Amino acid sequence: MAYDMKEIVANKPSRFTEGHRMCAGCGAPVVARMIMRALKPEDHAVVANATGCMEVSSFMYPYTAWTDSFIHTAFECAGATCAGAEAAYKSLKKQGKLPEDKTTKFIAFGGDGGTYDIGLQSLSGAMERGHDMVYVCYDNGAYMNTGIQRSSATPKFADTTTSPAGKVIPGKMQARKDLTEIMVGHHIPYVAQTLAYMNFKDLYEKAEKAIYTEGPAFLNVLAPCPRGWGYPTEDLMTINKLAVETCYWPLYEVVNGKYKITYKPVKKLPVEEFLRPQKRFKHMFKPGNEWMIDEFQKEVDSRWQELLNLEEITNK
Amino acid sequence: MSIRERLSGNEATAVAMKQINPDVVAAFPITPSTEIPQYFSTFVANGEVDTEFVAVESEHSAMSATIGAEAAGARAMTATSANGLSLMWEMIYIASSLRLPIVMALVNRAVSGPLNIHNDHSDAMGVRDAGWIMLFSENNQEAYDNMLMAHRIAENKDVLLPVMICQDGFITSHSIENIQLETDEEVRKFVGQYKPEHYLLNADEPIAVGPLDVQAYLFEHKAQQAEAMRNAKKVIKKVAEDFEKWTGRKYEFFEKYKLDDAEIAIICMNSTAGTTKAVVDQLRQKGVKAGLLKLRMFRPFPTEEISEALAHLKAVAVLDKADSLNAAGGALFEDVTSAMYVNGKHVPMVNYIYGIGGRDTTEKQIESVYSDLAEIAKNGKVENPYRYLGLRRREN
Repeated sequence: MAYDMKEIVANKPSRFTEGHRMCAGCGAPVVARMIMRALKPEDHAVVANATGCMEVSSFMYPYTAWTDSFIHTAFECAGATCAGAEAAYKSLKKQGKLPEDKTTKFIAFGGDGGTYDIGLQSLSGAMERGHDMVYVCYDNGAYMNTGIQRSSATPKFADTTTSPAGKVIPGKMQARKDLTEIMVGHHIPYVAQTLAYMNFKDLYEKAEKAIYTEGPAFLNVLAPCPRGWGYPTEDLMTINKLAVETCYWPLYEVVNGKYKITYKPVKKLPVEEFLRPQKRFKHMFKPGNEWMIDEFQKEVDSRWQELLNLEEITNK
Repeated sequence: MSIRERLSGNEATAVAMKQINPDVVAAFPITPSTEIPQYFSTFVANGEVDTEFVAVESEHSAMSATIGAEAAGARAMTATSANGLSLMWEMIYIASSLRLPIVMALVNRAVSGPLNIHNDHSDAMGVRDAGWIMLFSENNQEAYDNMLMAHRIAENKDVLLPVMICQDGFITSHSIENIQLETDEEVRKFVGQYKPEHYLLNADEPIAVGPLDVQAYLFEHKAQQAEAMRNAKKVIKKVAEDFEKWTGRKYEFFEKYKLDDAEIAIICMNSTAGTTKAVVDQLRQKGVKAGLLKLRMFRPFPTEEISEALAHLKAVAVLDKADSLNAAGGALFEDVTSAMYVNGKHVPMVNYIYGIGGRDTTEKQIESVYSDLAEIAKNGKVENPYRYLGLRRREN
């Protein structure tokens, strides 16, 4: 059936409800809502959440924005917590202790701090052990919950509170870690990179595949942060669009090792277009700092080319 | 009908776990508890249990996965030692605050550093205020029996707290001794089915677990945990009574060994109690009125009962197998002296830090403690209550 956003929104009530405390213009709740919509209405889900913006804003005692079962334990262990719940499901199901006709799916959410950094080990373990679960990283490129500190997902040169653009050091001096590739290295059945763009089609379809692929799946979803990135709240979708159209955040999936780029811009925009509207890159546009934009562009180009090559090689 | 066997403490623990047949076990190997997940994964591989065994990549994940499983509605167990428990530390507190009746075997070992794989109680003492029920075991039999009682205690509606069953690394975990085992059928009957009231996998009643709990709520939630810990005392007692009816083996908050008519006594936990009993017997033959209080239930701490049991003595030595490095005394010593003070009992007391990093504790050493106590009892004075036992010192 062809993707129809109107129909999906009309027929599938949101399982991540209004009343949460996330900021206006934040990419994360948009992502969570759409991913949860990819569940079949008759299926129940257990959501595990790493400590972070999403957790503290969506489940502040005694209110929760989640209509499915939800568990938060700590920052670095959404992978293991979700894996434990999934193991319980397998065990109880096998022993006939749960209703036969009901299905529960397992989805973990973590920010880039809880996923790329402190939670990487727990995620890696859960994926390697083959738990039937989806791990979703909503990547906003810094530790936003504690006040915009750099993470290994923070792009090069970004101004954060622990990689400030100063007089001597112009922001973060290290390149961004490619977590999606690390997850591909786990040889799990489904890995994808996506974001909320073009009527959410890419996000929804990948979420659906991830949830209903048997075994471990990983989604890396760019989720802009108006506070950390410095853009007007109403520009969320424009920022998402520019991330894709400049190939800063390519949309692709890897199914059993085969790469498929799910969107190729007809005309790749210069990365400047993505950088300029964001205050975290403001210093890059000062006279004399043109080299920074050039270097950023080179990095984007080489990673895009690498991806094109991988697609070609794995589909031969 | 009991079965006579010969097992190490680790084997006894693994056998108890097999008989309990938990839904999930998540564990990571660490000396000296490694054998527990080893034996257990063999039971899984041979289809002797229904358990999903999750071979996690760290102890932090072991406790996280155990929490996830227990919250999901499963009976979940794990085992660890020393640094493994240290790595779990964050999750230990989360497990108890979520009121999950997880049961864990803790095979006591010295916490680094420097690295040492041998027995002391520094691992257990590091989590003594984490909201777990902590039962200590003198030998393989007690490790087995405590494990069989653990779920009935943890899962009681008035308790709902995790339980840690402690035994001494190598000294009992690796020593093969005689043991009375109960039959699988009887164990399962005694332990019963786990029927959680609210759990993640109940699709008809989705729940949210582990909130952000701000100033308006956390205090009350912590007070509820404290209340559950107080409730645990009567439940631990009741379960032990039921256990005695079933097996004939009696368990109390602590064992009083020739204590009631004693004048001087030692308090200790785990395997040292065995050595101490032998010394008490020898001293009794010589007419010395020596006794022992072997503490089984360290958390909740039986303050009134301990102060009652010790009130008549002329001198007491508390043996701590972990140094608190606080220039004041070991954890057990502080708990016991505080219990005495609060309950208005005054008995001269002295503390010995001993057996650190697996240092052997001999009958001779224990005997020296009783001679010190005899001296204290005679003159009623305690000079330097914070002492060492078995420490090599440089000659001056």
